[in-house]
Formats: sequence, structure tokens, C-alpha cells
Amino acid sequence: MSESIVEVKKLTFSRGDRKIYENMSFTVPKGKITAIMGPSGIGKTTMLRLIGGQLKPDSGDILFEGLSIPSMSRSELYQTRTKMSMLFQSGALFTDMSVFDNVAFPLREHTRLSEALIRLIVLMKLQAVGLRGAKDLMPAELSGGMARRAALARAIALDPELIMYDEPFAGQDPISMGVLVRLIKSLNEVLGLSSLIVTHDVHEVMSIADHVVIIAKQGVIGEGTPEEMLKHDSPLVQQFLQGLADGPVPFHFKANPYEQDLLNGVQS
Amino acid sequence: MMDLFQRLGRTTLDKFAAIGRATQMLLGSLFNLPNPRKGFPLLVRQLYMVGHQSLLIIMVSGLFIGMVLALQGYTVLVDYGAEDSLGPLVALSLLRELGPVVTALLFAGRAGSALTAEIGLMKATEQLSSLEMMAVDPLKRIIAPRFWAGFISMPLLALIFSAVAILGAHLVGVDWLGIDTGSFWSIMQAQVSLEKDILNGLIKSLVFALVVTWIALYKGYDCIPTSEGISKATTETVVHSSLAVLGLDFVLTAVMFSN
Repeated sequence: MSESIVEVKKLTFSRGDRKIYENMSFTVPKGKITAIMGPSGIGKTTMLRLIGGQLKPDSGDILFEGLSIPSMSRSELYQTRTKMSMLFQSGALFTDMSVFDNVAFPLREHTRLSEALIRLIVLMKLQAVGLRGAKDLMPAELSGGMARRAALARAIALDPELIMYDEPFAGQDPISMGVLVRLIKSLNEVLGLSSLIVTHDVHEVMSIADHVVIIAKQGVIGEGTPEEMLKHDSPLVQQFLQGLADGPVPFHFKANPYEQDLLNGVQS
Repeated sequence: MMDLFQRLGRTTLDKFAAIGRATQMLLGSLFNLPNPRKGFPLLVRQLYMVGHQSLLIIMVSGLFIGMVLALQGYTVLVDYGAEDSLGPLVALSLLRELGPVVTALLFAGRAGSALTAEIGLMKATEQLSSLEMMAVDPLKRIIAPRFWAGFISMPLLALIFSAVAILGAHLVGVDWLGIDTGSFWSIMQAQVSLEKDILNGLIKSLVFALVVTWIALYKGYDCIPTSEGISKATTETVVHSSLAVLGLDFVLTAVMFSN
């Protein structure tokens, strides 16, 4: 495999008493689109927060460009974060600033560029996501899809090396979904960055991903190209990719036997 | 029985952990100031939001409290023919107690709850996380300017409160009930001391400012990021800071004014 930008090694992480990952390893290749897929509630967003250093693993290591994220000092971590960016599910635009100021925010924080230059960069980034005309709107005036595109413009403002998408397609209509899929693909090609998408929208993401990681049951159950995944022999992978209601992941939440539950109610 | 001890122990540990997190937040924002070029505009904006926006409620409450004090004081004092002492009565009770305390209570309700709700919502909408991921420390960018704004504006608000209330007392005592304006002011001037009354009141106000702003910011920063969590945090801000202010006021009064 080619060079990797993120390497997760034997990662174990638990929240309270609940173990979320156990001994999990995978890699995110450089310059490619990697998709992390898995059923809801499996802790996919947690994975992104671990890579971003907002959470610390119980054991194991996460390497970003060869440097260990969990063992970084606070200032090293902040330094590293300027090279990655994250698109949150809600967009997380600052509601007290216009779209323009939102996109300009990271530039104003981290660079000493003149306002004239910042204006140029912001307009270019907004043009890339098709929102140059919306630069003076406030986040509350944007539709969900537009807010996510504005957030995407902000995420690429500093030309990061890795961009992480947290459920970019959730709750989008087919048109804005198509727009986002195309945007992610073209940004990855044009800017030469690496993308990491966390999602459970199988069809959309399989069409653009170069590398797929499927997680379930606290670990990786399949990793490879989309074609390899489709031919994967694990029933769990197949159930997930084809969206079958019942299979290794049961339809029913863990419960007492049905008859027993029904009859108990009558007796009491 | 064991269950009781277990719960007691867990609650105590939780409380200590919360105090630890709150202190960490306070120190992280106090000694981690953004550079002046970026920080100053943020501070000015928060001074406007936290301080200036509270002015109206502070001044109106001050006016009415001063008027009520004068009216009540007059009816008692006039029986002893001591109505000329209305000036110092009003001034001392305002500068020593009512000014700092009522300002802090109003501030907790007006500005504290707004701070908690704002920061809680920022947390719920992932704005704080996204700041962190953009390599911008939210303690520096969000918490620190708000903290300093509260710390600076509350003592000033307390002074304004007392000043307006004294004017209100003048309105009732002198203009309505007919006390001599000269004796109102001159006896007040003779009885009020700068260090003992005004300065001690200011110190109280600074302590309240620290406590109320700290509680408000911590409750927002540490809230459960759901609508229920935010509403709970906002309520807690008002309740905890009011109780803290009243309790601390007793302690401070005991230290400052008992001989």
C-alpha cells in the first residue's frame, strides 16, 4: 500500500464501562478518499475525535504523518491540528458571524495575511463550493446543505492535509447529496489532500471512496477497496453493504424471550 | 445502608471532580490570554454584551430600591425627629450591602444565565469542538474574554446601582417628603468613609463578580449538550450563584465590618 497519513495501531478506547474499540488497527492512505462505515452508534464520530486528539485512547497509538497524537503536548497538538480539519455533522458554523467571516476565521486566527488577501482567499474557497453569492448571509439563513458547504469552505480555508467528514450526507436531499459527493471528490483531486469520511450512506460513499474500512463489534471487520468489500466473504460486511434487516446484526434489541414478556404482563 | 454510603461517596467525588474541572477552566482562561491585538476587540464586544446590556435593569432597579429605602427609612426616622439621618442610612446600606449584593443577583439573572445558555448552545452545536479542531483554544477565545468582561463590569455596575439609588432616595426624601437637601448630603458625606464603606463594597463586588461569572461560564462549558442539559445548567447558574453571593456576603460582612 502507498504512504499513509493516519495510522491507527491496536487502539482500545472505552467510555465509562462501555468498551467502544478493542485492539483496532487500520490505515488512511495519503491523497486518497477513505471511508469509515459501520452501523449507527458504533462510535464512528468518536474515531474522528480520537484522530483529532480531542479524546485520548486507553491504549494503542494513532500516528498522524508518523507523529503520535495521544502523546503530544497541548501546544504540539494545536500545531498539528492546523494541518487537519474536520467537517462536523451540524456544520458548526459560528452563528454570530456571516458566511464570509466564518470562512475567514481560521485565516485570521492562524495567519498574518492582509485583509485584502484574506478576502481573495475566502472568495476563492466560497467559489469552490458554489456559495460566493451567499457570502453576506448569516448561518441561520442557509439551508442545511448550504450550511454544510459553507462549513466545507471553512474547513479547506487553511489548505489542510487531511480533512475529516463526520456524516456529510446525513439528512440531505438527493440534490445536495449529489453536490456534496461531487465536491468531496473534486476537492480531493484538485487540492491533493487526503479525505476521511465517516458515514453509513453506503451507495454514495462507495462511488467515490478509494479505500473502505468497515467497523462493527469494537473492531475492523473489513478493509480494502470498494470492489474487494463487495466481494468480501464476511456475512456481517454483506449485511451492512446490502442493507439487510436481519442477519449477524439482529433486528431485535437484546430482550427476554417474547412469550415470556407477554405472559409476565398478564400474571402481574 | 452500604448503598447510602456508596451514593454519598460518589456524590462527594463527583463534586470534587467538578471543582477540579472548574478550577482548571478558570486557570486555563486567566493565564492564557489571547494576544492584545485579537483579544481586545473580543473583550470590548463582551463588555458591551455583559456590561452595557445590563445597565438598564441595574439602573431601574437601583432607582426603585433607593426610593423604597428612603420611604421606609423616613417613616421610622421621623418618629424620633431624626429624618436628617436619612442620607447616611440610605448611603451606608447601599454601599455596604445592597449595591454589591443586588447587583450580583441581578447580574446572575440577566448576564449569567445568558452566558451559560450561549456557551451551552455553542457546545451543543459543536462550535466549541470545531474551534478546537481549528487549533483555536476555546478557553482563550470564548471563555477568557467573557470572564474578564464580567469581572470588570460588575463592580462598575454596583457603583452605578448605588449612585442611582442614592439619587432615587434624594428624589423621595428631599423632593417629596421635604428633608433639607443640605443636611441630606452633608450628613451623608460626614458619615460615609472611603475605605471602610466604598472600598469594602467594591471588594465585595469584585468577589461576587469572580464567583458569578465563574459559575456561569463553568456551567455552560460543562453542561450536557442537549436542550434539557442547557436548561438545567442555566437554572443552576442562577440558583448556585445567588446562593453563593448571599453566603459569601455574610462571610465578607463578618470579616469587614465586625469589630
